[in-house]
Amino acid sequence: MDPRDVVTLGHGSGGKMTHALVRDVFMRRFSNPALVAMGDSAVLDAVGAKVAFTTDAFVVSPLFFTGGDIGKLAVCGTVNDLAVAGAVPLYLSAAFIVEEGLKIADLDLVAASMAEAATSAGVAIVAGDTKVVERGHGDGVFITTAGVGRMRQGAPEGPGSVRIGDAVVVSGPIGDHGAVIAAHRSGLALEGFGSDCGAVTGVVDAMYRAGIRPRFMRDPTRGGIATALAELAGQAGVSVAIREADLPVRDGVRTVCEILGLDPLYLACEGRVVAVVGADDAEAAASAMREVDGGEGARAIGEISAPTSGPVVLRTRYGGTRLYDRLASEQLPRIC
Amino acid sequence: MKASVESFRDARTVEQLLTEIRHLSPGRQIRIMHVCGTHENAICQFGFRDLFPDWLTIVAGPGCPVCVCPATDIDMAVRLATDRGAIVATFGDVVRVPARTTLLEAKATGGDCRVVYGIDDAVEIARREPGREVVFFAVGFETTSCTTAAALRRGVPDNFSVLCSHRLVPPALEALVAMPGQGVDGFILPGHVTTVMGIRDYRPLASRCQIPMAVAGFEPVDMLAAILALSRRAASRERPSDPIFNAYGRAVREDGNPVARRIMDETFERCDAAWRGIGTIPGSGHRLRGAYARQDAQRRFDMTPDESIRDTHPGCLCGEVLLGRVEPEDCPLFRSHCNPDMPLGPCMVALEGTCHARYRHGRPARGRS
Repeated sequence: MDPRDVVTLGHGSGGKMTHALVRDVFMRRFSNPALVAMGDSAVLDAVGAKVAFTTDAFVVSPLFFTGGDIGKLAVCGTVNDLAVAGAVPLYLSAAFIVEEGLKIADLDLVAASMAEAATSAGVAIVAGDTKVVERGHGDGVFITTAGVGRMRQGAPEGPGSVRIGDAVVVSGPIGDHGAVIAAHRSGLALEGFGSDCGAVTGVVDAMYRAGIRPRFMRDPTRGGIATALAELAGQAGVSVAIREADLPVRDGVRTVCEILGLDPLYLACEGRVVAVVGADDAEAAASAMREVDGGEGARAIGEISAPTSGPVVLRTRYGGTRLYDRLASEQLPRIC
Repeated sequence: MKASVESFRDARTVEQLLTEIRHLSPGRQIRIMHVCGTHENAICQFGFRDLFPDWLTIVAGPGCPVCVCPATDIDMAVRLATDRGAIVATFGDVVRVPARTTLLEAKATGGDCRVVYGIDDAVEIARREPGREVVFFAVGFETTSCTTAAALRRGVPDNFSVLCSHRLVPPALEALVAMPGQGVDGFILPGHVTTVMGIRDYRPLASRCQIPMAVAGFEPVDMLAAILALSRRAASRERPSDPIFNAYGRAVREDGNPVARRIMDETFERCDAAWRGIGTIPGSGHRLRGAYARQDAQRRFDMTPDESIRDTHPGCLCGEVLLGRVEPEDCPLFRSHCNPDMPLGPCMVALEGTCHARYRHGRPARGRS
């Protein structure tokens, strides 16, 4: 058997390998107009109103981490995919693949946290399914959620509507979730911060209330902000110029990254939005986000430029440049 | 701690150092070589190549331990995992390096390969799984070989062994200088390696070849201080009394870390060793010695290197890149056929490989664009 013919962990990284697998297997088999747009949610016109529909699977080790757990993640992840598509999230379904031996009390903690997250995001969990697999065939519990939402007036029109000169705004510090998970896995003690896991409905609502109509939004989960922006650049045929000096990264996240040899721009966020808005709206968007919970650290971090040497061009705090592209596969620690 | 690191990242100090470098007028091209993947990483990370004057070129020498690890050793590690049923534990960037297959691919087809941060994690796996053979694939320069030595001295379980592919920096520098047409005006010495080993091993070469050398750390101010010192010396052609400038005095001593040196001497003996794409360099490898030879995985599993494996893909210039003779952009495979998604040569695999760093950074070392 050729090793290139099997699924590797790299196919789950959210980088280029994931993209190729989705394209070559699923897109090839399932292709239809709603799917090929490859947005965070599919926008459907079938039931008399514009609705957004999306699904996401959650596998995370450990199940409970500082700032959240797999349940909160499963609700917020799907809520956020709807929100960044420009929808008001309404209903979720949840399917559980539970490994034999998981404590029911732990499952109950997960469910309680899902309920709380759903309430605060204004959604109801209205359908579900449960399966149990033999010990050793799962990692405690895997959760798949699907969600529908009602499209807003003035929802983002997607990467194609992005203009050169537009501003890029992020709703808070980047890489918190990824750093927490990496630190947990390598036994590092954390101080002063937890996962950013949370619903982004508040910051998105705040922008719309302020009269801002973002041209593009994404929740930079797996692959981090670098991957989200590199994908945007590829789809829109532009480059994204960002300023290291304006990029919000917590000291604790920076420290975890330095110890483990990771790059915060590739670390997952689970409660952030990166939005592209007209240049004149940049400050208004950031300050609207700062008014609400979860948006306190919002900042304009860069702008859309004509295509240049790379998809994402970071100006370092010393004035040099560093390029970012989607990662080939997972981010692995360096030798020394 | 944080405050002390921040002073080595201070933007104003960086600007001052850059201004001092720009004000030198050597009247010729100056070519400075570093021999450390972490230096290449730092230069790319800070975006320094955009900021240097046209006359200054910083090239990468054979400083990426993952890149220089021969394909035959990667292949032995793969075979230990796939054919011999061993758990092979190693550093993250080693698992993607191509030989016949990569360790990551071996894992996907059933081999048990695990990424660890260091040898202690691998020893821990051996303790937890006493019924399995655990092999630590030990790649790296003196910075990592001292950790291999320390772990073996502390004692390891019987089911633990080491596939030793450690390399030494000074013999590689000697070999590099001896090659014709190098044209290097200064060497940046690796800060981590010299922290362990000290400066003294470089003295014979420095006085013989009369090429200025400077030890550098990895923060922007550390690196620029070394580059400024080397540029000044190269520009003025002055012969200072001490040919080695220590710009990393807070970590590096003349004799390095004497304890580390001693335990390494007790654990390893030097041997001739192959460097991927370069060839065999005398006395440049570490082999387990004396009682520690029991932990030599190659002996334990009676493994012989399969010499039929090619080190580099036909047309790949990684060997020349590793010697600083050509830039990655000079290789006809660069970008088009060889990229991080589909690496053909070792320098494209490791994050600190010159080709990988350059691919991600996107800008040649010289003033081209």
